[in-house]
Amino acid sequence: MNWSAIGAIYRFEMSRFFRTLTQSFISPVLSTSLYFVVFGTAIGSRIQEVEGVSYGAFIVPGLIMLSVVMLAISNASFGIYFPKFIGTIYELLSAPVNFIEIVVGYVGAAATKSLFVGVVILITASFFVELRIEHPLAMVAFLVLTCLSFSLLGFIVGIWASNFEQMSLIPQLVVTPLIFLGGTFYSISMLPPVWQTITLFNPVVYLISGFRWSFYGMADVPILASLAAIVGFTGLCLAVIWWIFRTGWRIRS
Amino acid sequence: MASILSIRDLRKSYEGGFEALKGISLEIEEGEIIALLGPNGAGKTTLISTICGITTPSSGTVTVGGHDIQSEFRAARRMIGLVPQEIALEPFEKVINTVRFSRGLFGHGRDDARIEEILRKLSLWDKRDNAIKELSGGMKRRVLIAKALAHEPRVLFLDEPTAGVDVELRKDMWQVVAELKAAGVTIILTTHYIEEAEAIADRIGVISGGELLLVEEKNALMRRMGRKHIEVQLTEPISEIPAALAKHDLELAGEGDILVYSYDTHKRTGITALLNDVAEAGLVLRDVATRQSSLEEIFVNLVSGEKA
Repeated sequence: MNWSAIGAIYRFEMSRFFRTLTQSFISPVLSTSLYFVVFGTAIGSRIQEVEGVSYGAFIVPGLIMLSVVMLAISNASFGIYFPKFIGTIYELLSAPVNFIEIVVGYVGAAATKSLFVGVVILITASFFVELRIEHPLAMVAFLVLTCLSFSLLGFIVGIWASNFEQMSLIPQLVVTPLIFLGGTFYSISMLPPVWQTITLFNPVVYLISGFRWSFYGMADVPILASLAAIVGFTGLCLAVIWWIFRTGWRIRS
Repeated sequence: MASILSIRDLRKSYEGGFEALKGISLEIEEGEIIALLGPNGAGKTTLISTICGITTPSSGTVTVGGHDIQSEFRAARRMIGLVPQEIALEPFEKVINTVRFSRGLFGHGRDDARIEEILRKLSLWDKRDNAIKELSGGMKRRVLIAKALAHEPRVLFLDEPTAGVDVELRKDMWQVVAELKAAGVTIILTTHYIEEAEAIADRIGVISGGELLLVEEKNALMRRMGRKHIEVQLTEPISEIPAALAKHDLELAGEGDILVYSYDTHKRTGITALLNDVAEAGLVLRDVATRQSSLEEIFVNLVSGEKA
């Protein structure tokens, strides 16, 4: 294992993050605050509680997931797409590194950045609502796995994309709808029975449900199903990345 | 001397059937500078990219220091440094950080003294904390070289290192190459500039259409293929070459006052006969000069011969 290379890629990616630390910090704080003002206050005044939890507190896990998932994808996709775009990928391809080291470096950095933002949102939320975390270990596990798996997805998007438009295609057309329809702002039990069934085909439902369970002990789907979904998704992304590097798809001619 | 880079029957075909490399074989000795000359699309960059791992070979083998570039890619690539043709650098990163990154990527621990030495050698030390986007084109090219040297490679590939670089900087670059050679680094460079190959290379390889047409020691190549020319300057211009001189296959140049005679240095030159015939034809000489053909002329002859 070329640990120096992993460290070099990780540090290089993180330095980009630290160069723009203010934006990295202010942006999630501002957007979370806006969500609380709009959803928590305006809508929350009509929906008092969801299964015993105040609406403002109820949406916190979903809000964290929303930001973390979007950031993980954009950070990881940009991280690998940018070297392709400006041509610096030559160095990565000619270096004594294998695909595991490249993925650990890039995805590790993207996951760290999104984890940082997740924690910032959690802290910001604690100023607006009273939070309780019933299963802290599960909460950390879900958060870390989400950062990791969606960074893997972002990495795949970055390799696949051949222009900047394609980079935003998957997050905007696929991931955003799935997250908004995945129970970020409501409990699935609030939906008509038919929609409750349809919703179960949305993988993000399992993610948000599991994450919310770690906060308040309430879940739309069994916790093991949530765990299986996130682990399965991570495995799927890893398999795709393994195939990409084995075949050199879109990287090595 | 031992061969440090060994290329055997290397082929590269792309989807659609285009064959960029048609069975290249080449042995490169440790410590030498070899220049690969060839027109655009000859396969020079494909050859370098294949050896360095950027493209996958279709068949053939390459070993670097005895390590196969595919089965022992880590050991092979650790020995190689690559300076690409295009300037590809992260624009917002600091010079020193991008060089440190390269060193780490190739499996070396942090070594500030070594990085300082490289940056100083390339006159980049004063710019170490500048963002790359603030540098001039020539400076950026130096950063690429610094990155390639950061892991102390034994073999350095320079893909058109002086393309678009002004004359002064080009000479500086040659100086850097000479210092690297003195330090024992083997250098393989591709270039369009014949004068560059002529100035710094020990051996010349000519590539055209994915084939290595020849590899030869530079001076031997010039001796073998080099033609000399005598320019006979006349006191009075003439409108056509006198019939008595037709057998010498002369060209009329200048304003009709220069006769150009070409000859091979390793055959009978025929100079005495020419000068006698010129005198007999009643022409009066003002001056006589000789000129050696440049590598460029040799190269053009070779490539056009290949096409014919």
